[in-house]
Amino acid sequence: METISAASQLFQFIVTGLTVGAIYAMVAIGFNIIYNVTEIINLAQGEFVMLGGLIMVFMHVTVGLPMILAFVTAVLLVTLTGMLLDRLAIKPIRQPSVMTLIIATIAASIVIKGTAMLIWGKSPYDLPAFSGRTPIELGGVIIQPQYLWVIGFLVVVTIGLTLFFNRTILGKAMAACADNPDAARLVGINVQYMVLLSFALSAAIGAIAGMTLTPIALMDYDRGAMLAIKGFGAAILGGLGSFSGAVLGGLLIGLIESLGAGFLLSGYKDAYALIVLLLVLFLRPSGIMGNFEVTKFKRF
Amino acid sequence: MLEIQNLTAGYGAIAAIREISLEVPEGKVVSIIGANGAGKSTLLKAVSGLNNHRSGRILFQGKNIVDMPANRIVSLGLSQVAEGRQIFAHMTVEDNIHLGAYLYYRRSNKREIRDRIERIYELFPILSKRARQISGTLSGGEQQMLAIGRALMTRPRLLLLDEPSMGLAPIVVQEIFHTIERLNREGMTILLVEQNARAALQIADFAYVLETGRVVLHGPASDLINDNQIKEAYLGG
Ligand SMILES: Nc1ncnc2c1ncn2[C@@H]1O[C@H](COP(=O)(O)OP(=O)(O)OP(=O)(O)O)[C@@H](O)[C@H]1O
Ligand SMILES: [Mg+2]
Repeated sequence: METISAASQLFQFIVTGLTVGAIYAMVAIGFNIIYNVTEIINLAQGEFVMLGGLIMVFMHVTVGLPMILAFVTAVLLVTLTGMLLDRLAIKPIRQPSVMTLIIATIAASIVIKGTAMLIWGKSPYDLPAFSGRTPIELGGVIIQPQYLWVIGFLVVVTIGLTLFFNRTILGKAMAACADNPDAARLVGINVQYMVLLSFALSAAIGAIAGMTLTPIALMDYDRGAMLAIKGFGAAILGGLGSFSGAVLGGLLIGLIESLGAGFLLSGYKDAYALIVLLLVLFLRPSGIMGNFEVTKFKRF
Repeated sequence: MLEIQNLTAGYGAIAAIREISLEVPEGKVVSIIGANGAGKSTLLKAVSGLNNHRSGRILFQGKNIVDMPANRIVSLGLSQVAEGRQIFAHMTVEDNIHLGAYLYYRRSNKREIRDRIERIYELFPILSKRARQISGTLSGGEQQMLAIGRALMTRPRLLLLDEPSMGLAPIVVQEIFHTIERLNREGMTILLVEQNARAALQIADFAYVLETGRVVLHGPASDLINDNQIKEAYLGG
């Protein structure tokens, strides 16, 4: 009896860990998209997640739009925010170095967070789960239907992006911009347009992460930074720039966090990701899936 | 085909080339020679749009392109192979070549794209053997061939080449020069920048000599190759 409950407890932690990890993975993927096109680490990535959640709550709960319509509107609005971020904070910088651009994204994140606080205040908001909250019980392990939505979206996003970047000329053109911006222009690629596209795409994915997360963990204006840190840890752990690495890194950090909080000290839940991040930076800066060539910061 | 009038260009406040006028007639090979730092690359970058600190007039097929961004200029049929083989080093050879067709990469152009790729593999057979290789791992000569091949994919009518022989073994240099001659025979207009002045003058119709950002001499290549001053300064006596 004892052993069964310990085992089911372990599985419970694994299931929750994988779910949160899937969110981190989506945040990490958002980092990678922008990084792969520009070599910028967009530190406002977490704000896209926060906005996705809060706008979804606003559209669905406050305005009363049906779930699907609210979902689409929220994705579009956050995508637009991402594009504005590029046009207002990134593009106007005249002598861009990767460092100044990263600082610009920090500034933008503060502005977005402040605006969200003005609109929604400081209290957290709930969102109905996409398909109810009747848990599925599997051998003593409780699985919320929303967990499946989170994992499902991660799978769809990962497959979609992999096809986009490996199979379409537009995806390859985006990658070409980071590889060699001058050469990209010489084959006719409008580099600024590709940068805009990368911000749009990663904002959309951030929004999806936020909307699927909110029914599980609520959402408030202040959540962006922590999500960004976890997602960044996942991206580094997996190897900056690698999508499969982001998925692996995200799931691993989610698991470490969930198991660490469950079996060790729950008060240090948020510290585990940071510890992993530091360890990776010390021991293997190129991450699990990355090769060093890709991760070296060429323009610092 | 290309007419440059009083072109000044540089970096920030410093002008690296001043008041350059130059003409590239259709179907010809025009060569620019000059010492290190004379401004040859700056001139080509100003024409292709990579350098946009420029003033003056650049007429390509009668159209002034001096205010156009690089990605628009290439769509008019002017393609530059930049100095130092600017390939997409993390991508495969195949992807590099496909990206050359970025501007017209549509299903309806599938046939044309396939034909052009075939032609490039015929010009540089080694590239077809390396098609799936990450291009950063190619040898210097192969990278140069890839850079030229990718430029040819952009449907150019005028090809700008910046030191295609740089750092290559004599036999590879010879192969590249043969290819340039062949492209020209088949109708391509070429503007060629070279340190290897002798080889350049041998295949060129006209040549310009650049010194500290200015044209100091120009004329038919056959005249320049026999010019005593040129012989001493650029052809090793
Ligand atoms: N990005 C840059 N920023 C500032 N100055 C530059 C830059 N690139 C070149 N220059 C300067 O412009 C001048 C012309 O350089 P350019 O590269 O055009 O010479 P080049 O004739 O191509 O020389 P090489 O034969 O060595 O390639 C040089 O004095 C160089 O120092
Ligand atoms: Mg040069």
